[in-house]
Amino acid sequence: MNQTPYRLVVGLEVHVQLSTETKLFCGCSTTFGAPPNTQVCPVCLGLPGSLPVLNEKAVQLAIRTGLALNCKIAEVTKWDRKNYFYPDLPKGYQISQFDQPICGEGYLDFPDPDAPETTQRVRLIRAHLEEDAGKSMHDEVHGRADSKIDLNRTGTPLLEIVSFPDLTSAAAAKAYLTELRLLLTYLGVSDCNMQEGSLRADANVNLHIPVDGNDIATPIVEVKNLNSFRAVERAIQYEAGRQFELWKQTGKTIKDAPKQTRGWDDEAGVTKAQREKEESADYRYFPDPDLVPLRVTEAMLSQQKVVLGESPSAARNRLQVNLGLKPYDADVIVSQGQSMVAYFDGVVAGGADPKRSSNWIQQDVMRTLKENDLSVEQFPISAARLSELLRAIDASVVDNTRGKSIFQYLLEHDATIPDAMAALGIVQVDSSEIETLCKELIDENPKVIAEARAGNAKALGSLIGAARKKNANADAKVVRELLQKMIDAM
Amino acid sequence: MQLEILSAVQLGAMIAKREVSCREVSKYFLDRVHQFDSIVSAMVNVFDEATVMEQADQVDSRILGGEKLSPLAGLPITIKDVLCLEGLPTTCSSKMLQNFRPPYNATSVQRLIDAGMIVLGKTNMDEFAMGSSTENSAFFPSRNPWALDRTPGGSSGGSAVTVAAGMSPLSIGSDTGGSVRQPAAFCGVCGLKPTYGLVSRFGLIAFASSLDQVGPFAHHVEDLAAVLQVIAGHDPRDSTSLNVAIPDLTSGLNAPLKGLRVGVVREHQDHPALDPEISKAVQATQKLLQSLGATIEEVHLPNSRHSVATYYVIAPCEASSNLARYEAAHYGYRARMTTEASSKSSTSGRNPLEEMMVVSRSQGLGEEVKRRIMLGTFALSAGYSDAYYKQALKVRRLIANDYQQAFQKVDVLLGPAFPTPAFRLGEKIDDPVQMYLGDQFTVEANLAGIPAMSLPAGFTRDGLPLAIQLQAPQLQEARLLNVGHQLQRAGLFEPKIAGLV
Amino acid sequence: MNVSREDILKVASLSKLELAEAEFEVVASKFRNVLAFVEQLNEVDTTGVEEMAHPVDVHTVTRSDTLQESLDHDVALSNAPKSDGEFFLVPPVLG
Ligand SMILES: [Mg+2]
Ligand SMILES: [Zn+2]
Repeated sequence: MNQTPYRLVVGLEVHVQLSTETKLFCGCSTTFGAPPNTQVCPVCLGLPGSLPVLNEKAVQLAIRTGLALNCKIAEVTKWDRKNYFYPDLPKGYQISQFDQPICGEGYLDFPDPDAPETTQRVRLIRAHLEEDAGKSMHDEVHGRADSKIDLNRTGTPLLEIVSFPDLTSAAAAKAYLTELRLLLTYLGVSDCNMQEGSLRADANVNLHIPVDGNDIATPIVEVKNLNSFRAVERAIQYEAGRQFELWKQTGKTIKDAPKQTRGWDDEAGVTKAQREKEESADYRYFPDPDLVPLRVTEAMLSQQKVVLGESPSAARNRLQVNLGLKPYDADVIVSQGQSMVAYFDGVVAGGADPKRSSNWIQQDVMRTLKENDLSVEQFPISAARLSELLRAIDASVVDNTRGKSIFQYLLEHDATIPDAMAALGIVQVDSSEIETLCKELIDENPKVIAEARAGNAKALGSLIGAARKKNANADAKVVRELLQKMIDAM
Repeated sequence: MQLEILSAVQLGAMIAKREVSCREVSKYFLDRVHQFDSIVSAMVNVFDEATVMEQADQVDSRILGGEKLSPLAGLPITIKDVLCLEGLPTTCSSKMLQNFRPPYNATSVQRLIDAGMIVLGKTNMDEFAMGSSTENSAFFPSRNPWALDRTPGGSSGGSAVTVAAGMSPLSIGSDTGGSVRQPAAFCGVCGLKPTYGLVSRFGLIAFASSLDQVGPFAHHVEDLAAVLQVIAGHDPRDSTSLNVAIPDLTSGLNAPLKGLRVGVVREHQDHPALDPEISKAVQATQKLLQSLGATIEEVHLPNSRHSVATYYVIAPCEASSNLARYEAAHYGYRARMTTEASSKSSTSGRNPLEEMMVVSRSQGLGEEVKRRIMLGTFALSAGYSDAYYKQALKVRRLIANDYQQAFQKVDVLLGPAFPTPAFRLGEKIDDPVQMYLGDQFTVEANLAGIPAMSLPAGFTRDGLPLAIQLQAPQLQEARLLNVGHQLQRAGLFEPKIAGLV
Repeated sequence: MNVSREDILKVASLSKLELAEAEFEVVASKFRNVLAFVEQLNEVDTTGVEEMAHPVDVHTVTRSDTLQESLDHDVALSNAPKSDGEFFLVPPVLG
């Protein structure tokens, strides 16, 4: 670990698009990629006289997320207007939540990037619901042509999850985001598709520099426009270096400068100062008189508790403690998503050895999925079938090599293991046959046997091929063990 | 036959019985619009005759086909230009929305159309409903048909005028701080502001969302009841709409008033600004109510003196946000950006986008509107919000509490609607505080969300209409209408059409 | 309170409005008068009084997550001061 002359302090604000059919305050579709301005109505266009009505599903998904993030869910929550002018915000205000967010303080534990067997905790300040703005496209080249406004995205429900500044490295920020995204997909509250803007992060970054036994804090910078996990990591690293250099040059601390906003330029790999709006931060929040407060009932909470399901960290823990997987292996399976965990559980439930199941899933199943660009739901071999195969290997009915052939066969055929074996001409060989076979091999290859007896462990390997020629179904492992036994007994 | 003097309910019954056709009735009133509007300037946009006749013929053929329609089927109505209506621009009497054509009808308007009513056109108003005289219209001031040098009141001045001048038997407007009741009072007609949330605000272009309500104008209290019956009721498109069953508002109109407890607000009746003739009209009404078996009690609304200040903080705050949407990006007036303007942007430090927004808003909105936006912006801004906006919300609670206390003692409150009869055009336009103070008897009902009604109560010596106001607890519209109808029957007022010829 | 010229200019800027020099004094004096008038609210003792943002007690109003028809594309753009038939057009932010 490289030692820096400062401590990095990072908090993240994450905007997550919730998986609803319709927008937060109107019935327009939230589907991504429609032709511009085709998913708009008087409400999301902000036409005079139109009024917002709250989408109950968005509330449900926010509650579910809050519960999973260990947040205190508000008993009464309300809607506030955040006033600012921009043409992708057609009402001139964003409907958001100011002083009574639906989710209060909470936390999330995530795998420590520096010590994978332990976790770090990030505390959360709040999570609140708000509507998204539209999209403006500017003439990047000359800045002269008109900007184009598409309001399809306007009004899409977002949950803004705000963390305390508990993150102490770029890697930790990335690890937190990774865990958050995984959790949100487990919960089914968001598809978290970063390319489509379903998950967006802003980072608040500053440094604590020990000087003469005291910590000096640099001015806080909010870095916007972080559209990938890599961008989050790079931008924080860059910003740490920049702030340290700036502090060395100017000595400016948090007391000397207000919070600044900078944008991340992914291509150039730098953050750039964003033009300060003259009236920045005077959003004139006040309760939206067009909307009424929401009371969260016990029934609403228990409805969501029922559908919470197993979190990624609980799944990791179960795979390690109950099924004996190594932390790394448990994490690989859990990180693939809830359906992969379900698939793994199905294989183990069928009686296969958990470790063997984990190996096969990580190697053969995941490779096949990747090569064919499939999801685990589309995988042609059912968990029960794979379990049957792995049990056969566990019981030495077939060896590993033969097992791979059967696996390949099952990818293309819906067959039982015995049927697959029959189709591939694989027959289980009985032990007296093997014994006869081994005796023949010893008699026919005195030179090799002499080498083996002299201690050359590799020598026996050359006999395996010969054994297979005599009987294609002979299990290599069994043949090798028996040969060794016979030689040892000589 | 003089149709304009009949009650709408009577006229509707005649149409239903085919004693007169909807076509004849519509033509009659449309002709009166054409005859008088050049004098009173009540209308912003009127449907052409062919369109009106087509609507009328449809209703006639439905009646001919034996269809059972609402009691108001076939009756003409005018609509304040703050309510969205397809087929004509909806302007709010603002240059900003001069060419705005909403692709939908307001819920209240749709319900009127569904009831078979014939929309004649849209009425003039103070721009974005901000004003008490209709002088803040960006197009032209309307005139009081009883005295053409006087204002008809506002902001729903045009609506009141169309009814007072017999251009339409009915009209609907909006009331944020008295904008139905005060013009009704100035023009000698009946006006009702229902309980907040009783009539949907969907399609009502917002001035101050927590105060705005749609309400009817008519010559007869029974007509107010009939219109309210049509437009009231839950609307899933308005989150603040009350989900309550709407009682039959007409069946109780004739209930006797014996035992009714009427409160007279000391603070209103003793108000130094109250015109003596209006004070007398209130006293006369009090006597009339007693003669009908009601008892009179004095009640106090101790926070009443702060109601105008409370209103003129809350309403501008909400307005500053509600009118932020007029940024010339998606609809509404956009200033032509001349080379002069774009060169100005370099001096103003604004980019071309901001320059377009600022110039469009500055040109597209009138002075009163801009000043209220600025006042609201100020009262909500960092450092001031606690002292102004939040303090006003607390005083609002105190005012509402006063009403709750008063209504434990009495069933309805009786008092003035406005301190004076109609004032002259131009008389108060340069002194906003004086203008605002006139609203002191009306804003409280909006702050407390209660129903209130103004009724004609005779004329001044100079021939100007006098009016009184009745207020009731939330959702007690039926009680209010019952009292009003009984007062009308007992002779408090005689429906009169202002003579313009 | 004393509202300076700068205060008024700042409020205008926040409101995306501009005041021509010729009208400034008139608007400013009306603005100051109204503000002075509403300042009477500071005399009222509101200790412990709950703010009243809504006049009626309505809460928890929601709609089901069901698709409703959007506007036809040309209708959505029909009131636009400027459009290219696909997008709303506004002057550039840079310039
Ligand atoms: Mg946000
Ligand atoms: Zn919409």
